[in-house]
Amino acid sequence: MATSPLLSVEHLEVQFKTQDGIVRAVNDVTFHVDRGETLGIVGESGSGKSVTAMSLMRLIPNPPGKIAGGRVMFDGEDLLQLSEPDMRHIRGNRIAMIFQDPMTSLNPVLTIGRQITESLELHMKLSNREARRRAVELLQMVGIPSADRRLDDYPHQFSGGMRQRVMIAMGLSCNPELLIADEPTTALDVTIQAQILELIKRLQHELGTAVIIITHDLGVVAGMADRVQVMYAGRIVEEGPTSEIFAQPRMPYTIGLLRSIPRLDDEQGRKLNPIRGLPPDLINLPQICPFSPRCDYFQAGQCDAQVPPLRDVAPDHRAACLFDITLETPVTAGDPVSA
Amino acid sequence: MMLPMSTERPLIEVRDLVKHFPVRGGVLRRTVAQVKAVDGVSFDIRRGETLGLVGESGCGKTTTGRVLLRLEPATAGSVTFDGTDVLRAPARTIKALRRDMQIVFQDPYASLDPRITIGESIAEGLEIHRIGTRATRVDMVREVLGKVGLHPSSMARFPHEFSGGQRQRIGIARALVLNPRLIVCDEPVSALDVSIQSQVLNLLRALQAEFGLTYLFIAHNLSVVEHISNRVGVMYLGKLVEIAERRELFRRPRHPYTRALISAIPVANPEHRRERIILQGDVPSPINPPGGCRFHPRCWMAREICRTVEPAFEQRAPGHWSACHFADDVT
Repeated sequence: MATSPLLSVEHLEVQFKTQDGIVRAVNDVTFHVDRGETLGIVGESGSGKSVTAMSLMRLIPNPPGKIAGGRVMFDGEDLLQLSEPDMRHIRGNRIAMIFQDPMTSLNPVLTIGRQITESLELHMKLSNREARRRAVELLQMVGIPSADRRLDDYPHQFSGGMRQRVMIAMGLSCNPELLIADEPTTALDVTIQAQILELIKRLQHELGTAVIIITHDLGVVAGMADRVQVMYAGRIVEEGPTSEIFAQPRMPYTIGLLRSIPRLDDEQGRKLNPIRGLPPDLINLPQICPFSPRCDYFQAGQCDAQVPPLRDVAPDHRAACLFDITLETPVTAGDPVSA
Repeated sequence: MMLPMSTERPLIEVRDLVKHFPVRGGVLRRTVAQVKAVDGVSFDIRRGETLGLVGESGCGKTTTGRVLLRLEPATAGSVTFDGTDVLRAPARTIKALRRDMQIVFQDPYASLDPRITIGESIAEGLEIHRIGTRATRVDMVREVLGKVGLHPSSMARFPHEFSGGQRQRIGIARALVLNPRLIVCDEPVSALDVSIQSQVLNLLRALQAEFGLTYLFIAHNLSVVEHISNRVGVMYLGKLVEIAERRELFRRPRHPYTRALISAIPVANPEHRRERIILQGDVPSPINPPGGCRFHPRCWMAREICRTVEPAFEQRAPGHWSACHFADDVT
């Protein structure tokens, strides 16, 4: 690679202390984001995708959480080593984040205008009036009608879709280099989701912001991301260009996910192929392939003897599986642990 | 209005169903407005079929399901279950009907009593309906747990010991143990992870085949509804705007809203290229829905007539009903 990536995360470890033991939410996670690209992080609840994102922003509540190891290199600096004031300068300014639920991330007792201008005055050192003018521009940019008037409204006066637009406007207010969108459309209706995804795409194109989009919805990443990484039990289990991941998935978990979702082009009566069993408990995770108890291709003595490393399976495509499994591999496994 | 008649009488006939919720305001809590949650909806559910009901939040799909089961009183209209008038049935009849008509809720965390065991929770319905003795009930609970794919020993455990998918299986077991004929599934998989969703969908389908169940499947996720349903109805702002056989509806929608909904579904295929219709604006308030066709402020096909005249819900092709002035022009 000619230039260094905008963000590179190396061997990130995040743990939470609970009554029952230590939850290893993120284990040895390494990835990068190039300038201007969109990285999709897919996974189910508990896979560690949101915790990864929160750690980049250093927003893991401590205690009970703790970043136990690794580096988060952003434009040459390790964010984990920054002082809190320096980190505050990065947060919201150079890296912005939007969350799933726009209602709980907006302050209900401040007007929308005040919430946007606050960060403009803090980070961009704009005067009161300049900040307000910029806020109007931002609201117009994200498609909020009569932006000037709506600045004086409170969050409850906006619909869910409009609130998410406000969040995006706030996220983009300081021209961040990286926007982290954590399930940005999960709380929204389908037609509103389509509007918001279109908006993020358009703004990214216009502003050249790099985006990390975190979602459980394979459809959303298929339409948005340049590259995808799949997380399972706190690890990255597959990563590669979006088209590769969908056409040539190489990790049995990814294959299982793609087979288990209903698709609009299905024949009537097609039985879905669910992944059997449940995701593992993240406390006392044994040193085995975390997916092996649910895997159709489980091989005793191998899958349960080590954590398979991410290895190259094709150019720019890595999977954490010991075997060369593809969509075509017939299910042969003897009698794996049943669910 | 005429609805399609097959030779066999449908299990459920819903006619002109209306449910308004009062909005109270002022110091005297007077009714100041009505939320028109369901505003004149008619459809049939055939024996043994799955009718999917889709729409966005606030469209009235859940309220339709609840009113149909008489969990909420209707404002007007009728619901007939196998010839019995559900909404006007006396208390004794309704109790018997409740055995036949069950519901599975969206949130498997909120719908189970955390203080009683799973066995007690499932047996509750049997006790209410005075089915079996204490001993035979235990057998019935054990059997139904097996049917939904849980180990009979789960009986003695409490809800918090189960995952979301397992809790949803328990919810299904509670409905199933009464041997119902209709189950209203209200967003049964939307709280579950993708890999677990398909387990529950397959279970619902297997149970339907085994027990000849009829489902009203309410969900906002079109791919899920499309997968499980025989026919699909689409609701918008308290109205049913389209209903058709599933394949027909997805291949040849005859309402622009359905068309937009289909095009908005994110498809898990990056090569998938299609014309996307991005609807402008939000769903209007059901307190004061737009005049004429309720969809006209967001509709790219709207013309003058749409602003003034409410389109009739009519049959445009065999078994395919739509409420649009330009139903045949939707492409």
